[in-house]
Amino acid sequence: MATDTAIPPRPARPPPWHDARIRGIVYQILFVAVVVAFVAFLVHNTLVNLRRQNIASGFGFLDREAAFGIGESLIAYSPADTYARAFLVGLLNTLYVSALGIVLATVLGTVMGIARLSSNWLIRKLAQVYVETFRNIPLLLQLFFWWALLREGAPAPRQAWELLPGVLVSNRGFVYPVPTADPVHHWMLLAFALGIAGAIGVSRWSKRRQALTGAQFPTGWVGAALILGLPLLVFIAAGMPLQLDWPELKGFNFVGGGAVSPEFAALLIGLTIYTGSFVAEIVRAGILAVSWGQSEAASALGLKPGQCMRLIVLPQALRVIVPPMTSEYLSLTKNSSLAVAIGYPDLVSIAGTTMNQTGQAVEGIAMIMAVYLAISLLISLFMNLYNRAVALVER
Amino acid sequence: MADVDVTQELPIPVERPLPVAAGPLAWLRANLFNSIPNTILTIAALYLLAVIIPPVVRWAVVDAVWHGETGRACRGGGACWAFVAEKGRFILFGRYPYAEHWRPLFTVVIFIAMILASRDRRLWGRRLAILWLAGLAAVGALMRGGVLGMTYVETSLWNGLPLTLILAAIGVVFAFPLAILLALGRRSRLPAVRAICVGYIELVRGVPLITVLFMASVMLPLFLPTGVTIDKLLRAQVAFILFAAAYLAEIVRGGLQAIPRGQYEAAEALGLGYWRRTRLIVLPQALAMVIPPLVNSFIGGFKNTSLVIIIGLFDFLGTANAALTDVNWQGFYIEAYVFTAAIYWTFCFFMSRYSQMLEREFNRGRRR
Repeated sequence: MATDTAIPPRPARPPPWHDARIRGIVYQILFVAVVVAFVAFLVHNTLVNLRRQNIASGFGFLDREAAFGIGESLIAYSPADTYARAFLVGLLNTLYVSALGIVLATVLGTVMGIARLSSNWLIRKLAQVYVETFRNIPLLLQLFFWWALLREGAPAPRQAWELLPGVLVSNRGFVYPVPTADPVHHWMLLAFALGIAGAIGVSRWSKRRQALTGAQFPTGWVGAALILGLPLLVFIAAGMPLQLDWPELKGFNFVGGGAVSPEFAALLIGLTIYTGSFVAEIVRAGILAVSWGQSEAASALGLKPGQCMRLIVLPQALRVIVPPMTSEYLSLTKNSSLAVAIGYPDLVSIAGTTMNQTGQAVEGIAMIMAVYLAISLLISLFMNLYNRAVALVER
Repeated sequence: MADVDVTQELPIPVERPLPVAAGPLAWLRANLFNSIPNTILTIAALYLLAVIIPPVVRWAVVDAVWHGETGRACRGGGACWAFVAEKGRFILFGRYPYAEHWRPLFTVVIFIAMILASRDRRLWGRRLAILWLAGLAAVGALMRGGVLGMTYVETSLWNGLPLTLILAAIGVVFAFPLAILLALGRRSRLPAVRAICVGYIELVRGVPLITVLFMASVMLPLFLPTGVTIDKLLRAQVAFILFAAAYLAEIVRGGLQAIPRGQYEAAEALGLGYWRRTRLIVLPQALAMVIPPLVNSFIGGFKNTSLVIIIGLFDFLGTANAALTDVNWQGFYIEAYVFTAAIYWTFCFFMSRYSQMLEREFNRGRRR
């Protein structure tokens, strides 16, 4: 049977101005051209302006002598050192205060987040007052407050408040006793490291044994005994050589012991309390996200409340907690740049001084941005790895 | 078939119902002393409160000085609210000409009215945008003067609370359209557009606001052609808009990602092009979904405006610091910061309560 199977004519190619692919390419070229032209315009203006102001561009200034003092530094620094070293001092100060702040804010926030879910009415309300108060006041205002309180509210060193024996607060900051160096301390450090390694070994062994036989082993207690007990044993075996270097009042200030400046203390207190209030909300939301049935099922299986928290609720809550916690850590690190307002020599503050002295604004800002971007990327990377470890593995 | 005597009595152990707990004593038992650890916690917390509250009350109320001409009136060791009474107006409005203080006051009132009006759902949409643009224009005219017989006041004298509100509000109003474009660009099919938008968003979100402000105050003058100068307030405002846009863009992106694919496909099937599809189908749903985080972001922006004092503008916190430098009133920083904090707190607290309420309501709707 002959039927003419009419092959429909191939649709004509649309004209190029109706072809989505070609249009996309044209749009992109136009967009990139506009952006490039705009950036070129800015760069051109900048170059013209810099030439007019006789500012040489480039990073050559980093090798010159900085000629300004820095109040506190983790590494040896004097005004005769280079700008590059001054930057390094600032970077280390930023990292130091951020790292301490992250640890303290996590601890404070976790405690407060759990307290907000306490069955105790008073504790619940106190935690709520803490969270609602501190997260609704700008961080900078809080920093000013703590700084003023420490600088002007605290007494002169002669009338310093004694918080604990040897721990004194005055308008020069905190001072505290430190143990004087002793060769035994190195051995104690070694014992501490050995203790941690031993605890990890015990935990692996007990997990394997539990998987095979079901028998349980008090890993936590044994681990703690190893980590704390070994250094203590070394300490006692060496005859307890504990010489404390006590801070002493000489003239108008303290000599000896360890000291924390009011700027550092104010920054750390402010960052911890402010970020802690956000962490508390994250922890609370994370725990609430684990459905109540999970806890009920756990107690039906005979788990004690502590075990239920550790084995059932927390691993599931962490999945919800870790991603927002990452951004909280990032914002704490970025907020540490507010140090410039109260005079703690962090990266931004030292870069600001450098820019004022040399006029190298473009390079200075480029360096700050590069450093913060690198820190942000590192924290995200680390937290993403951790997140992968706790995330739900679906089959 | 054996008969089963269904009336047979089974020895069911009868438990007596617990006595119904009621009254304040039962409440105390259930909420404060229901276990030994809780009892210890309660006693510790009560002890802490007993240590903290009486001295604070004594300082803030009993020993406080409410009136006085100079700081010498406050020698008693209590709070010096006379400082706030004397300097409160300066902290609120700064160096704005004294005789014209009704203008910044009116500005603050307009802002509060606009914030309250924004809660009305019937206004959401185009009418709210028009309201805010008109309100901002009115605020600008009121603060700047030069029209309707009001004297001209230069922007360096715009201080205190109005400045904080202007920076926050204009920052968000202008950052919002930019943020929508950035979010759409980040989800675009065109790789070049996507790369540039991702680069911008991640760059800005990776650095502290302070560096963006530094850049605006130090580098913006370098970016402009020779001879063109730009007002200091405007520089800070531009920095805020650029900074806020990156954060808002991520929130908007969250909304865009939450829209089911079917919506896009249905719009395409109806023959809508990209822009009409985006404007009529995608954005209305995406934006409605992200209103609570947008409010939170606005609160964050409001708190962040305090950073402008680092580049030398006198916002609400800046005027508080300036008031502290008066030789007649030195050392009353706690009073100054408590006053400032109370006002910041009031704004932030009620806005965050509102956003929490919205969030609950939206979640309820979606769970059905």
